[in-house]
Amino acid sequence: MKFIDFKDVTKTYSNGITACADITLQIEKGEFVFVIGLTASGKSTLIKMLYREEKPTKGTVMVGGVNVGKLRNRKVYKYRRKVGIVFQDFKLLPNLTVYENVAFALECVGAKASEIRPKVLKALERVGLKDKVRSFPKELSGGEMQRVCIARAIVNEPKLLICDEPTGNLDPKTSKEIVDVISSINNDLGTTVIMATHDKDIVNRMKKRVLVINNGMLVGDYKKGSYKSSESM
Amino acid sequence: MVCLLEIIRKEVISQVKACRILGRSIRDAVKSITRNFSLSMASILCDMITLIIVSVAIIIACNVNNATKSIESEMNIVVYFNKNSTEEDSNNAFLEIKNLEGVTKAIYKSKDEWKTEMSDYSDTFDTMLNYLSDNPLMNSCIVYVEDIREINNIADKIKEITNVEVVKYGESMVEEIVSAFDLIQKITIGIVIALILVTVFLISNTIKLTIYSRKNEIEIMRLVGASNTAIKLPFLFEGLFLGIIGSIIPVCITIYGYVILYNIMHGYMFTETLNLIKPYNFVFYVSGIIVLLGAIVGMFGSTNSVRKYLKV
Repeated sequence: MKFIDFKDVTKTYSNGITACADITLQIEKGEFVFVIGLTASGKSTLIKMLYREEKPTKGTVMVGGVNVGKLRNRKVYKYRRKVGIVFQDFKLLPNLTVYENVAFALECVGAKASEIRPKVLKALERVGLKDKVRSFPKELSGGEMQRVCIARAIVNEPKLLICDEPTGNLDPKTSKEIVDVISSINNDLGTTVIMATHDKDIVNRMKKRVLVINNGMLVGDYKKGSYKSSESM
Repeated sequence: MVCLLEIIRKEVISQVKACRILGRSIRDAVKSITRNFSLSMASILCDMITLIIVSVAIIIACNVNNATKSIESEMNIVVYFNKNSTEEDSNNAFLEIKNLEGVTKAIYKSKDEWKTEMSDYSDTFDTMLNYLSDNPLMNSCIVYVEDIREINNIADKIKEITNVEVVKYGESMVEEIVSAFDLIQKITIGIVIALILVTVFLISNTIKLTIYSRKNEIEIMRLVGASNTAIKLPFLFEGLFLGIIGSIIPVCITIYGYVILYNIMHGYMFTETLNLIKPYNFVFYVSGIIVLLGAIVGMFGSTNSVRKYLKV
């Protein structure tokens, strides 16, 4: 069985809008996949179903053998510990320092105090923020905040890293750096990465597998390097 | 065997994790109180003011209650026995009264005792009584009743006993006093309960506001995989600490304020017959109630408000 397995997944919101329609796709362990599409194309919904922010109305979403859609509310937290999530708006706690923000993810899990420090420092080193551990989020630039967010997402050593438009708020140069960090995590740790974006420069440069979503449907699944962005995007 | 060990190992690990999460919750609660200082101050001040009011209300209510009780216990029935009855007859009647249901205490006073008492009281009486060869006074007793509301019934029963000549009590006043006191007690208890409810509402509302400003934080906790308990605990401790901190000043005011008031009033309320409750122990009980109220309301206020944001 594949690591991620979407089978006939349909998501209809309570207001009647169908965000995803009959999506079937599979992703291997260790893959790096872009999900692209226009705003309101349904790619965010697809991503949200991966971390059980939304439940599919129909079909099954399997991640690493877990039927994510069938998870009970009270069990969701255990699943979330196995995935790392990077957000467009960073979602850092403003009252915690960089170090504390990253350590927070481990503390929630109840990790040993002696394990937390080295793991947090390692994660921060990987994203290149080791010298900012004592800063508060408001003292950081957008790119740095996104790095903290990535560090927090990987500190639990997840098998899956979900990035929901991580470069949406960043300039092209910073975006490139951020994507490089995510790519290095994919290469070095073997973490499966799913990244939603509409930044065609990044997609063209990275030459990875690309899923194109349009109007809630999977309209294209391009193998590694075969995708060339068109003007429609 | 191996399976059992594995289960034990898992159990121990989960216990250890629970302890860690508990410890971190307390630390986070303290951290969040100091880092959200202005919001914490708002909660603490709100706590403080309402708890002071509650404390004053409790003190007043207890004192009013105490006063009415002491007035009630002062009310008694005076019984005079038949003038012609012998000492023995009076004694028998007295025993009968003493054994009546609802009588807590009965004190017998023979006519001779009356005579010496009255002689001691004034010389005029003394000379007058000495003129008379026979003691003109009557044997009597004072009867205290358990429940003031029963005083009429008991008086009626006493009248039926042989050798009882006169039964006296404040017939006309009793009912009015009793109903007035009942009303006063009900009103004071009502005020205290209403104030406590207002406190609960005010404090939990303030906490709700402070938590609303942190719903982002709760969302992030959920996204990084914190269990609902792990999310709630820091808020629970925060509410607890805020409640306790908020009750410090009310407790000081209760203790010092009441002791000073007691000393200024010399222990009396308006007249010398009405005593204030003795400050020691009483103030500690009231303080205990205040701290407990602050802590419980803080705790429930905060966890209740968090619950709203925990729905997935």
